[in-house]
Order: sequence, then structure tokens, then C-alpha cells
Amino acid sequence: MSPVITGRVVRTRRETLSVRVDARTFTVCVVTVLALLAVMTATLTTGEYPLSVGEVLGAVTGTGEGAADFIVNTLRMPRLLTALLVGAALAASGAILQGLTRNSLGSPDIIGFNNGAATGALVVIIVVGGSMYQVAIGALLGAVITALLIYLFSFTRGVQGFRFVLIGIGLNALALAVNSYLITRANLYDALSAQAWLLGSVNGRGWEHVTAAALALAVLLPLALYYSRALAMMELGDDSAKALGVGVQRSRAVLIVTSVLLAAFATAAAGPIAFVALAAPQLARRLTRSSSPGLVSSALMGALLLAAGDLLIQRVFPTAQLPVGTATGCLGGLYLIWLLASEWRGKARYA
Amino acid sequence: MTRLYAEDLTLAYEQAVVATDLSVEIPDGSFTVIIGPNACGKSTLLKALARMLKPKTGGVHLDGKLISSYRSREVARRLGLLPQTSIAPSGITVGDLVARGRYPHQKLLKQWSSEDEAVVTESMKLTGVLELSGRLVDELSGGQRQRVWLAMVLAQQTSILLLDEPTTFLDIAHQVEVLDLCADLHEDKRHTLVAVLHDLNQACRYGTHLIVMRPGGEIAAQGNPSEIITAELVEDVFGLPCRVIDDPETGTPLIVPNARKKRSEDHGPVAVHEHATL
Repeated sequence: MSPVITGRVVRTRRETLSVRVDARTFTVCVVTVLALLAVMTATLTTGEYPLSVGEVLGAVTGTGEGAADFIVNTLRMPRLLTALLVGAALAASGAILQGLTRNSLGSPDIIGFNNGAATGALVVIIVVGGSMYQVAIGALLGAVITALLIYLFSFTRGVQGFRFVLIGIGLNALALAVNSYLITRANLYDALSAQAWLLGSVNGRGWEHVTAAALALAVLLPLALYYSRALAMMELGDDSAKALGVGVQRSRAVLIVTSVLLAAFATAAAGPIAFVALAAPQLARRLTRSSSPGLVSSALMGALLLAAGDLLIQRVFPTAQLPVGTATGCLGGLYLIWLLASEWRGKARYA
Repeated sequence: MTRLYAEDLTLAYEQAVVATDLSVEIPDGSFTVIIGPNACGKSTLLKALARMLKPKTGGVHLDGKLISSYRSREVARRLGLLPQTSIAPSGITVGDLVARGRYPHQKLLKQWSSEDEAVVTESMKLTGVLELSGRLVDELSGGQRQRVWLAMVLAQQTSILLLDEPTTFLDIAHQVEVLDLCADLHEDKRHTLVAVLHDLNQACRYGTHLIVMRPGGEIAAQGNPSEIITAELVEDVFGLPCRVIDDPETGTPLIVPNARKKRSEDHGPVAVHEHATL
């Protein structure tokens, strides 16, 4: 008998475990990981001081000599890992929110989490004059408060995706206005450091950033994965999901909080990086040809996008100190446009 | 007591009260049809029976316990609901959509057992969509799609099925097709069915038990269609003067609205009810 569902099913002998794997999603994930490894290798070995793979490995395992050890463990590795983790967190955050709102625009950078985080950070930089840590905490608070406001304003008899997105876009505009106002009120020094933060960059990130982002991912990603089955059911509409036994209200609340915290931690670590949260899930969804963005494939795609973007601006414009957001915007944007265009010319199945 | 009944319900959305003191009993093994004019609270009652809407007062009982005391998953193993609107995710195949009905029986690492496979195949066979399993839901006709949704609810393996206007948006042939399918499930599988329908004649033909609701959520009559449906009841509840004759096919009541001219002679100018799709 031919299988009635798509994908491969892997079962243990007495069926205590059975897992469904979509072959295409699996392939996409493997290819993304391979590409990611290639980008990581290139990032660690090339640059002003080229290193061999052996030297990098030596430095990583702690047996490297002085220069290689410093270049890898202090300069390149923290920056690379921050890019990877921040990219994965942003993409996962976007995948959750886009799935939840059933809207590709329901992404944290569009509905104001990032700019809300920026408002929090700017208040700390300009009004309080705090340290880097306090700036990060300000960013976290800013994102959480923005999300709370969106939730409050869009909550009537449950949250509806479209209303959530529209109110988010409104609050995003508000946050942008406040940000501009704050910068005009600042003295020159504060304004410069605020502007630097606002560009969003993984330049000069240290191990403390890596640790913070890694911890956030380690806690939040499994939680999101656990709830991703409920998220998939909610695609059928709230009524159907409820009828099939999904605790819709609770799942939605947990997923929104997870998404906000992922975006908030990412922004706290690297500033507001545009486009990854929007583009990575869409890229993953189109490559896997699934009805909604998968969490793992999106996170991998986000990590690849940000790491590749950062490599690009480091090597192509080594003196310009461009923020990584410009590169992710170019890379992801061009690729997404190409995908959309070729899709619309073909059959518009997944539009 | 029957498996599913409701006692003294007050149903409301926010402050807008839809029904008060509503008590209904769903006879086990019946094909119960809820009818009534627009906005009388038919779907609201169905939602309350399915635990989708929390009553302000009173309670719905399922298998001897208050339905609100069950976990959502447990309710979903005992009672299935086909809502008025469901969204098929774009690009999903028929088989994958029907498989979603197994959710209440699955676990994080028990995603697709051979039992899941067997039940889904059987549900698709029953509803006649097995051949379509590899097709995309987006490409199906309205009637096919409704059968796919029914298959999904059947895959839940509940012996009580609640259907909220399962025939809306379908042409007459597909309406009959879906209702015939429901009648088969009722007769062959001994399922208890509760459906909200708009068409009184279909309700009388397919239902073994009718619940007739008045605007304001009051029950006007309940029982076997042949025993309760009279011209007086229809005029009283729907404001529609009519004759009730025997359906030449089945012998069940058939409602024939009076002609316009006759109506005005008998009753003077009567506001034509907005829902005259008999």
C-alpha cells in the first residue's frame, strides 16, 4: 500500500517511537549546514592574517601558538559565533511569528520588536548613560514592552494575526519616531555611540555576547520546538486547532513570548539587524516547499545568512566597517526576489 | 442520561447574551439536526457543546463529567468538531491534512504509528478521498474539500461528531453528497452526529432528532421530525407561512412556502424573511 502522507516515517520496532521526516526539509537542512561550515572555515582562515585549517584547529583546541590563538579565540571566533547565534535567534523568532500571524510580514523587524529594543537601548545610552550591559538590558526591556503593547492593543477575544501585524507596524513607526527624537536630544558623543549601536553589527563582539545569545537559544529554541506542533495545527484556524485538542490560547502566549525573547536577546547582543527575521524563514519555507516556515530550517538559514553576510563585508569592504545588516539585506533580499520572481513565473503554489 | 447534554446554559459573546436557560440533550446514536432562523444561536450552541465557547452559567456534560473538567486533548478524543470555517494550509496534500486529525492521539516522539496510518486510510476510504491523497487541497472542488475535512474529523476516531453548517458553500448535488455521507456514518458506524443545517427539508430528511431554536436561543421544539414539524411551528419560528406535506421520496415532512399572492391574502403584508433559501 502506498503511503497516504508525504515524508518518510522512521519507527522503532515496537513503535514506542515514530518520527516523520520530510525528505526535502532534511536535505535543505543538511545543505545549509554544509554551506555554514564552509562559511565558518572561510571566516576563520582568511583575512588580514591568513591561517591554515590546522592552525585554526590548534587554536580552538587550545594548543595553538600566540598569534593564531589571539586571532581565532579573541577576534574571529566570538564575532563568528555571535553572528551565527544571532542569525539563528532572529530567524527562529521570525518563523514563529510568521506562522502565528499566518502572515509573512508578521516578522519581529516589521512589527517593531527591533525598533522597540532600539528605543530601550537609546534611552539607556542617551538618558541614563549606561554601560554596554545596561544597554543590552535596555534593549531587552524595550522589545518586551513593545510586544506587550502590541498584545494589549490587539487583544479582543483572542489575538488575530492580521490585527497583531497592523498594530505592530503602527508601534514600529512610533518607536522609530521616538528613536529619532532621542538622537536629536543627545550630545555629540552619545549620538555617535547611539548611531553605532543602531546600525547593528557583530563587529567587536566578545565571548560575553556569545554566551548570552547561546544561553537564550539553548532555553528558547527547545521550548519553541516543543510548541511547534501546536503551531502547525493552528495553521488550520483557531477553531479547528481547538477542536483537535490544541490549547490554543496557552500555546499562542508561550510562542509569542518565545519569539519576543529570541528577537530581544539577538538585538541586545548585536543591535537591530534588519531583514534576517523576515527573509530567513521565507527562504527556508520556499526551499523546503512547506506550507509554513520550519523552525530548524529557518534557524539554520538565519545563521548562514548572517555569517555569510558578515564574511562578505569583512572581506569585500575590509576598511569600510559596514554593518552586517547591509550585507544580509543585499544577500537575502536579492535571493528572495529571485525566488519570488521565478516562483510567480512558474506555478504560484507556495505564494 | 445521554453521553452529551447541556443544562441551563447562558451563552454570550462578551456582553451580548445569545441564549439563556438553554437545556438540550443529544440522544446517543442519533443524527441530531439543529435548525432555526439566522442569528438564533444555533452555531453558538454547537460551539458550547464542543467546549469552544465557555458558557456564562450552566454546564455541558460529556460522558458523565463537566466538559470543562477535561483536558483539551481528552475532549478531542471523545468528540470531533468540523467548524464552519477551516483553513487549509497552502501547498498541503490531502493525505497530510487528513493526518492532522490524529493530533490528539499523537505525542512529540510518537508522530506516526501504524495505527495512525490505518485510521487515516480508513477515514479517507469512507469519505471517498483515498485516491486524492497525493493531490493538493488547493486544487480540489468545494465538495471534495468538504469530504477531506470530514475525513480529518473522522481520523480523530470520536463517536460523537459535531458539524457546523457542513453544506454551506456547496451546490445542491454536493450538499446531498455530504449529507448522504453523514447518514452513512450515522447508520453504518453508529456515530452520534449533531449538525447545524439551514435547509429545513434536508434537516427533516436526514435528521432523526431535531432541535428547533427560536431567535433569542429558546428551544421551540425538539424530537422526531415527523412528530414535531407542523406548518404552525414553522410559521411561529421562522415567520414563514407554509404547508407541510410528505416528502414523496422519504415520507418525511416537506416544507412548501406559500405562494406570494396567497400569503398576502391570508396574512396581509408579511415581511419576507431574509433567509428564504428553502
